[in-house]
Amino acid sequence: MANDPIHQFQIHKIIPIENVGGLDLSFTNVSLFMVATVAIAAGFLYLTTANRGLVPSRMQSVSEMAYEFTASMLRDAAGTQGMRFFPFVFSIFMFVLVANLMGMFPYFFTVTSSIIVTFSLAILVIGTVIVYGFMKHGLKFLGLFVPEGVPGVLMPLVVMIEVISFFSRPVSLSVRLFANMLAGHITLKVFAGFVVSLSTLGALGIGGAILPLLMTIALTGLEFLVAFLQAYVFAVLTCMYINDALHPGH
Amino acid sequence: MFVTEALAAGAETAAHGAAAAAEGHGGESFPPFDASTYASQIFWLALTFGFLFWFMSKVIVPRIGGILETRQDRIAQDLDKAHELKTEADEAIAAYEQELAEAKSSANEIGNKARESAKAAAEAERQKVEKALGKKLSEAEARIASVRDKAMADVGAIAGETTEVIVKQLIGGTVTKTEITKALKSVEG
Repeated sequence: MANDPIHQFQIHKIIPIENVGGLDLSFTNVSLFMVATVAIAAGFLYLTTANRGLVPSRMQSVSEMAYEFTASMLRDAAGTQGMRFFPFVFSIFMFVLVANLMGMFPYFFTVTSSIIVTFSLAILVIGTVIVYGFMKHGLKFLGLFVPEGVPGVLMPLVVMIEVISFFSRPVSLSVRLFANMLAGHITLKVFAGFVVSLSTLGALGIGGAILPLLMTIALTGLEFLVAFLQAYVFAVLTCMYINDALHPGH
Repeated sequence: MFVTEALAAGAETAAHGAAAAAEGHGGESFPPFDASTYASQIFWLALTFGFLFWFMSKVIVPRIGGILETRQDRIAQDLDKAHELKTEADEAIAAYEQELAEAKSSANEIGNKARESAKAAAEAERQKVEKALGKKLSEAEARIASVRDKAMADVGAIAGETTEVIVKQLIGGTVTKTEITKALKSVEG
């Protein structure tokens, strides 16, 4: 079973909390790593900024960089009005980033390789956009689906396309992150598995195992990049969707 | 929520198909698509992410925002101060230059004044000396004129006397003074 690339995604209960109003809310390894993700993200930001140094220490500047990176991302996409969503976007970015990076440790569960987690986050983003959009603009928010300068005949078709594209956003947002993490981890595991199985084949096998080993090393580097990139992409798209809520006109 | 459930259900059937076809695990489904764990995952995600969001908006964002703002303020303040000091330095330089120019112009003025007064004094002295010389000159001229007049007056008498003597010597007779004078006068014309 150790070589099964799917094994790493298996969920097992640590503290069973079964049947709470018909729901199984057990504390699982996924829950454990969610707690760890939040603890690391919040703890890192909290502890490194505890000195409030005017001249930042090395770790404090990491926190400040994360802050300013997210802030400029949001400001560029949604303008200064969008800054009210900053804690939300920053939370999403840090959560996804830390979860992705934690997944790079062997034997750690990757929270973001669970479709329901990424989908819930995406629904949260889209839900925020819809609720805020209607709160701020009322029915004018529906203008989001009606692009300007489209001939009347084509309008129903275009509106339909816009509606479909809007509601496929949470799907694409969540599947992108989920699929990247899942595929990356499976590939890593498969190549790492080759190393183990080849090295049991004697001297020639050990020699041959160097190739998948190199591949595993390269993939690990790539996965670190993907871990950061996907967190960035998730946050950037969140910012752009928030921009839609703020400025529904195209 | 309707969308969620519909999608979850769709995902589940897809997962079962994929798991059965590709993995051959039999009854065991592909873990990410195992809907029986969804409630727990959503619940714990809501709990942990909710906490993270709360902590971010209450503690982290105000704190880092505050740090950055303080730094910004401090930098702006320092820049202002530097600007102020520069202005002060510029002012001092301008004042110094103005004073220097003033000193130069007053030095010029003093020099001019001194030169002028020296010139005036020299002129006055010269005029005084000239005046004195002129006086002396005219005095001398007057004296010369009087001496000459006197001499000229004496010339007649000398001539008369000389004539008397000469006549006496030449003709041995005497000539009266009146005759001589008369003769001289006719010669003089």
